[in-house]
Amino acid sequence: MPTTFAQQKDVLQMSYNSISANGAGPKKKETSTAITVRGLGKEYRIGAMRERHSYTTLREAISSKVTNLLPGRRSAPQPTARVWALKDVDLTVNEGEVVGVIGRNGSGKSTLLKILSDIVEPTEGSVEIWGRVASLLEVGTGFHGELTGRENVFLNGAILGMRMAEIRQNFDKIVDFSGIGQFIDTPVKRYSSGMYVRLAFAVAAHLIPRVLIVDEVLAVGDFEFQQRCIGRMREVGQDGRTVLFVSHNMAAVESLCSRCVLIDHGRIIKDGDPYEITREYRRSMIATDGKVVAELENVEGPHRKQPVLMSARLVDEDGAPTTSIAVSRAFEVRIGVRIREALSDLMFVVRIENGYGERMMTLRSPQKDAVYRNLKGDHEISCRVDEFPLAPGVYNIGLGVKTRDQQIDAVGNILSLTVTDGEIFSEGRGVVWGMCFARSNWNVGPPVTAMFNENTPDPALAAPPAS
Amino acid sequence: MDRVADSSFKPDREHSHERLRVIKPGRGSLKNVLQDLWYSRELLYFLTWRDVKVRYKQTTLGVLWAVLQPTLQMVVLSIVFGRVAGIARNTGGTPYPIFLYSGLLPWTFFSTTLVGCSGSVVGNAALVTKVRFPRIALPVASVAAGVVDLFIASTVLVGLMIWYHVPISISLLGVPLLVLGLSCISLGFGMVFAALTVTYRDFRYVVPFMAQIWMFLTPVIYPASIVSAKWRWLMMINPLSGLVAGFRAVFLGTRIDWTTLGISTLITAFMLLAGAHYFRATERRFADVI
Repeated sequence: MPTTFAQQKDVLQMSYNSISANGAGPKKKETSTAITVRGLGKEYRIGAMRERHSYTTLREAISSKVTNLLPGRRSAPQPTARVWALKDVDLTVNEGEVVGVIGRNGSGKSTLLKILSDIVEPTEGSVEIWGRVASLLEVGTGFHGELTGRENVFLNGAILGMRMAEIRQNFDKIVDFSGIGQFIDTPVKRYSSGMYVRLAFAVAAHLIPRVLIVDEVLAVGDFEFQQRCIGRMREVGQDGRTVLFVSHNMAAVESLCSRCVLIDHGRIIKDGDPYEITREYRRSMIATDGKVVAELENVEGPHRKQPVLMSARLVDEDGAPTTSIAVSRAFEVRIGVRIREALSDLMFVVRIENGYGERMMTLRSPQKDAVYRNLKGDHEISCRVDEFPLAPGVYNIGLGVKTRDQQIDAVGNILSLTVTDGEIFSEGRGVVWGMCFARSNWNVGPPVTAMFNENTPDPALAAPPAS
Repeated sequence: MDRVADSSFKPDREHSHERLRVIKPGRGSLKNVLQDLWYSRELLYFLTWRDVKVRYKQTTLGVLWAVLQPTLQMVVLSIVFGRVAGIARNTGGTPYPIFLYSGLLPWTFFSTTLVGCSGSVVGNAALVTKVRFPRIALPVASVAAGVVDLFIASTVLVGLMIWYHVPISISLLGVPLLVLGLSCISLGFGMVFAALTVTYRDFRYVVPFMAQIWMFLTPVIYPASIVSAKWRWLMMINPLSGLVAGFRAVFLGTRIDWTTLGISTLITAFMLLAGAHYFRATERRFADVI
């Protein structure tokens, strides 16, 4: 797609304004309540949650009914484990507020959004929502591979609750926005995943609700796509519409939201300023709070077949123990090992995960180095990255030891690393857009006019590639 | 500010942002079901259109299959059963192929839409768990898609009528009503099975098998007249017998058995209401269980 982000934003803004001008837009009025949630709760049977796909069979249902009918064989009432995915949730959202909903996986965020979207039934409590609601819990819901892009735009639009006239009216803008161009009449099963997501998002972006409910759609797609999602949501918010969105992207929550709600174990435990709450949340995600040295000798785990890892600590540039480093500066972890019998071809592995358990990086010792071929006794092994490339945030560190063909020892989440904000390389401070950085080389060439001077032949033309 | 409480699926028109949606625990009810369908008519249209469109994608013969399936079935069955004297001789003078086809057409419509309808909710699990829309649109759309096939396959019947010199009679005007009746009975049972399939996937296997057995209990390949008086009652309570026989009668211009058709209509009406009631009562659980 040759368009830049700014241009796309313009397209978006234009299309958005024109849609608003068509009368579907909001009218200025005094602030009022958009969403009221009272005592909301959702109970799940644990089995049903865990075994989402192993559905009940008729046989089980019948056999349990039959057993209950037989005299004397009445089976004891099965204590079905139940869990409240959401409990006692009260929330009032005013019109025009952009509320970020954060929390660990399984904390109940998505359940809340699904109840607000009227997809799942609450077990108790009530929700009142004023105005047209659009939920975007997934990008491209209802897309059918066999149908062409054009057909899917209509189908998906109808599914998201747009009227046919509305879709027809916006069709060209949707296609423009997606950048699909000539492929619009190709079945979407032939699309690349990027094209697919772009088209799906283009449809969603032209939805004009009073209340927009968005689940972690930012998690999919490439960086550019995520930026567009954020840009779009910012516009929706600035337009006085109400947005409620779940995200794991703290930077997005901070920059977009006027309010943030932290959910833990199905309850709202914090509600207020996004900066304060995301900071607190990040802190709570730290696995081993403030521990400088991790003693591993007595740690048990399923992967500790032959424990050689004894301790681990993070050190700063001066070798002093630490728990945090500045962005793009040196990172060093020191691992104490005790190898009782000589092991050959050892490989030490440092695993770095983010707060959601996603592997960000794996650092491995060079197996070819002679020193790892035959190691015995107590050693301190150090692993250092001069310019640590991960973005500011909190990470968990795990360690592993392998021989040539098997893992002999591994421990997870033993240390926590905080990467603090600061100057990135020498590029200056930045808004963090992305998950990692790399040092890059930039050059400014001679003035462009000189390159295509008639007297100076274009080097590409002057030297045709040898056949 | 006159705010209107409304829990149905009206898309918002002017002053839309003043509409209130209330979400509470509780079963869905038959109330508002027609209203919901009416306001989601565009979605209904697109779902039907998708089903029709996708069904014959990437097939060389395309929509011809809608014609070929019952035609081939007719050919095979008329070879097999045309020789069974008790059947072929009792068709009231109608050539067996056309007798058979005029029965297979409504029956195939019923059985395919029944199976399609039963799987419609599970088959659209992605929609059910991610989007709010009246769930009842799914079985309705799958029946509507079947009507399109029925319409295409009817052309063969018209061809057969011309071939066998069956006169075109005024009774053909009853066809839309019978198609409506067939759609309703299919939807009635289909909604029950669709809801049951969400919880018990067994019905994915039960329904096609059941449809197969059911065919032999319905006067599709044989005329109702050969059924002995002892088993007549079974024929009467089978709502399909009245509808299939009625469909055949209006095409061939033969006498309509009003008693059976009347009973079938009553059972159909009851089944439609019962199916819709059961579906609505369980639909709010779908997203949790599916």
